[in-house]
Amino acid sequence: MSTGIAFERVSFAYEDALVLDDVSFDLPEGEFCLLVGPTGAGKSTLLKTVNGLVPHFTGGTMRGDVRVAGRAVRGATPADLADLVGYVGQDPLAGFVTDEVELELAYTAEQLGLAPAAMRKRVTEIVDLLGLADVRDRALAQLSSGQRQRVAIGAALVAGPAALVLDEPTSALDPTAADEVLSALHRLVHDLGVTVLLAEHRLERVAQYADSALLLNGGKVTAGPIAEVLAVSPVAPPVVALGRLAAWPGPPVTIREARRHAAGLRERLTGLERPAIAPAQAGPPLLEARGVTVDYPGVRAVDGLDLAAGRGERIALMGRNGSGKSSLLWALQGTGKRSGGRVAIGGADPASRRPGERRQLAGLVPAEPADLLYAETVAAECEGADEDGRAPRGTCAKILDDLVDDLDDATHPRDLSEGQRLALALAVTLTAAPPLLLLDEPTRGLDYPGKAALAARLTQLTAAGHCVVVSTHDVEFCAEFASRVVILSDGEIVADGPARQIVAASPMFAPQVAKILPGWLTVAEVAAALEADGDVAGG
Amino acid sequence: MSPDASQRTAPEATRTVPLRAPGRRVHPVAWWGWALLLATVAGRTANPWLLLLIVAVAGLVVTWCRGPEPWSDAYRVFLFIGLSAVAVRMAFYIVFGGSDGPTVLVTLPSATLPEWAAGFRVGGAVTAEGALAAAYDGLRLATLLVCVGAANALASPRRLLRSVPAALYEVSVAVVVALSVAPQLVESVGRVRRARALRGNTGRTPANLMRTVVAPVLHDALDRSLSLAAAMASRGYGRAAGVPAPARRATGAALLFGLLGLCAGAYALLGTTTPAPLAWALLAAGAAAAVFGIAFASRRVPHTRYRPDRFKAVDWAVIASGAAAVAGTVLSGVFEPAALWPATNPLRVPELPLWAAAGVVLAAAPALLAPSAPSSKPPKGTP
Repeated sequence: MSTGIAFERVSFAYEDALVLDDVSFDLPEGEFCLLVGPTGAGKSTLLKTVNGLVPHFTGGTMRGDVRVAGRAVRGATPADLADLVGYVGQDPLAGFVTDEVELELAYTAEQLGLAPAAMRKRVTEIVDLLGLADVRDRALAQLSSGQRQRVAIGAALVAGPAALVLDEPTSALDPTAADEVLSALHRLVHDLGVTVLLAEHRLERVAQYADSALLLNGGKVTAGPIAEVLAVSPVAPPVVALGRLAAWPGPPVTIREARRHAAGLRERLTGLERPAIAPAQAGPPLLEARGVTVDYPGVRAVDGLDLAAGRGERIALMGRNGSGKSSLLWALQGTGKRSGGRVAIGGADPASRRPGERRQLAGLVPAEPADLLYAETVAAECEGADEDGRAPRGTCAKILDDLVDDLDDATHPRDLSEGQRLALALAVTLTAAPPLLLLDEPTRGLDYPGKAALAARLTQLTAAGHCVVVSTHDVEFCAEFASRVVILSDGEIVADGPARQIVAASPMFAPQVAKILPGWLTVAEVAAALEADGDVAGG
Repeated sequence: MSPDASQRTAPEATRTVPLRAPGRRVHPVAWWGWALLLATVAGRTANPWLLLLIVAVAGLVVTWCRGPEPWSDAYRVFLFIGLSAVAVRMAFYIVFGGSDGPTVLVTLPSATLPEWAAGFRVGGAVTAEGALAAAYDGLRLATLLVCVGAANALASPRRLLRSVPAALYEVSVAVVVALSVAPQLVESVGRVRRARALRGNTGRTPANLMRTVVAPVLHDALDRSLSLAAAMASRGYGRAAGVPAPARRATGAALLFGLLGLCAGAYALLGTTTPAPLAWALLAAGAAAAVFGIAFASRRVPHTRYRPDRFKAVDWAVIASGAAAVAGTVLSGVFEPAALWPATNPLRVPELPLWAAAGVVLAAAPALLAPSAPSSKPPKGTP
């Protein structure tokens, strides 16, 4: 009998939509299990059934049995299960009850009535385990997003649960912070024997830590060792995709494993033409920013930064959480605060223009694309965008058609999938036809096919003469999309140059393929080179 | 909590103390007590010098003792609210009148009110004496507000709520959640407005504002409250407490009767028809029932508190300094009542009541007793 998490013939449906279809699996105690699946496959639903949030908070019909550490979960409320299952949601800020780090950490323990002495010991342990000692007295509002996520995980752990369920815990984090969070989780599995079930889109970050995986696709679950599951998964990290391409046994899930097999492939690739690198400075200059400074009370977010960009450039803005990426984007667009310096887009300063004219110079898709949307249906949203931009009727709808296929016009924008919502926000922004397009963290919540589609769309836009600047933590997306990478630290540019040079030189921002095959960035690029080579050899 | 438990945790407490900002060592109840005592002084005088002295003392203590938390700016906010209170009081005097004197400054066109509204006027003569009285009155209200602001800046209401008895836990959580809604709404409005600017939508018609600002903000608030409810539930809020139903009903009844008794006692005490001993007895009985209910219920609540703030000598000292101000005012009331309530008719410069002033100056002691650490310059960028 299992003492971890066990599902026995669990089915779940909202009204008539079947989300989980006769799901059975059995995770042993202390397993670190990764839940993978395409966007909208029902990963969040499966996670929430473990602690009773589904169906208690969502409604719907559920059949079958869920057991955690031998205790039946069905029928129990999430509150009754708080000592058994820790749950960390997508947005840590939305789940905070108090306003100080220590009180937040202690909250669950207070609810469970832990003795004060035990509670204090426990909080201290958690603070050390998650590296929160420096911030334990701070208000939650003062923390960076990475620290907030660690507090949320710590808060779920304080009660000493047998299982920990996490829904995309690292999607908002920079690679280093994500690594800190994940290695802390890894340690928990080893030291405390907590069973961890974690859903994540950025598999390249998580796969190396996981023992096993569950693939959820079309309501069905495939369980097994991580390599086997990822080998058949429609979403897989680049290292697995490369392994499939090169037919490595396993396939390898970690960089180290892959390197052991890579010698042969490296040899084949030496001397092969790399696919044409996009020219770094393609078009005429468009953006000219000098000495841009953004000050917030007590913090200088952007510090006298110079940036010039031309049409046709695909720029990725990278850097740790809080390095000033968002502030810079907002300042460049002109709607955000700018304390000093000059910005000229095609010779005009956007901040001195009215909002309606400003967006014709630079469009910004904010980190939460839903903020841009306020109509009841997709069709109404498009009409509204045409009106706002005084564009001919149907402009936005046509742009949207080019971006995504088969979108139902009558859907509420909040019911769209992440990728569709992003496309809609992008279409709304593009209706004003801005030459400069800025996107703030667009890949959050997108799976690999979604990110590839986004990269392709943005590349098309640059080919049409736009300049696209994307702030992102996602190194794989950056490798796929960017022609130029700018790395920010403490509001200053620390590196700026062609993507290939910059990411290859940085251990933090190098994509997986570059770590295995130095000089190559994406699986697609390797595949293309091999194919060309095969054609040459064959013909 | 049992005393031995607190002793067991003592070594840990000493280990963690240096991490906490020294200014926060004072118990929130002590800060609120101090501020309310100052407010009591403000309520017992109309002397402008004394009132300004109270504002100054509160400002000094806030500047020296507040921590680095976001709510520490509350003092300034309340100062502005206080100034507007003075302005509103003056405006009311000018329009509706009040006490009058011989020195007419301006005469406004006036309207005669019907018989039933005798005693009020609209417009008419504005006298220096009346204006001064109104200004004193407004200043008194402003000082009360500033005292509340000082308490807010020194200890957030949330920290104060952590000191309420366990029986009132659920109520305090509801208040805490409600308190966090306001800043979230402000933040949400800011975000939605910025996004609106991104879309170039700057229409100001009510229908447009409703659609593009109010609806998204409300949508956001609803989403947030749902996810907060889910998060609180997954973290054990509202667990079946295991308290037997009869006990729960008994404590509920005790609380209710206690509060009713308190109300009836207070009413009887303020009214003149009830003999004083009976009123006091009613009040005492009500208080006893309420205390019993809270204490009884608190023992049965299955929640515990993380590092409850403990009352220490410095907290008593803070309270005592506030009490000194009240004592001074009482002495002034005995020896120099005229100075506490300066007459505005005839016009003259009011005298400073010495006893009360000395007391209020003593109330500045927390600035020396519990100064916060000199705040280091905030680091560049968020970590």
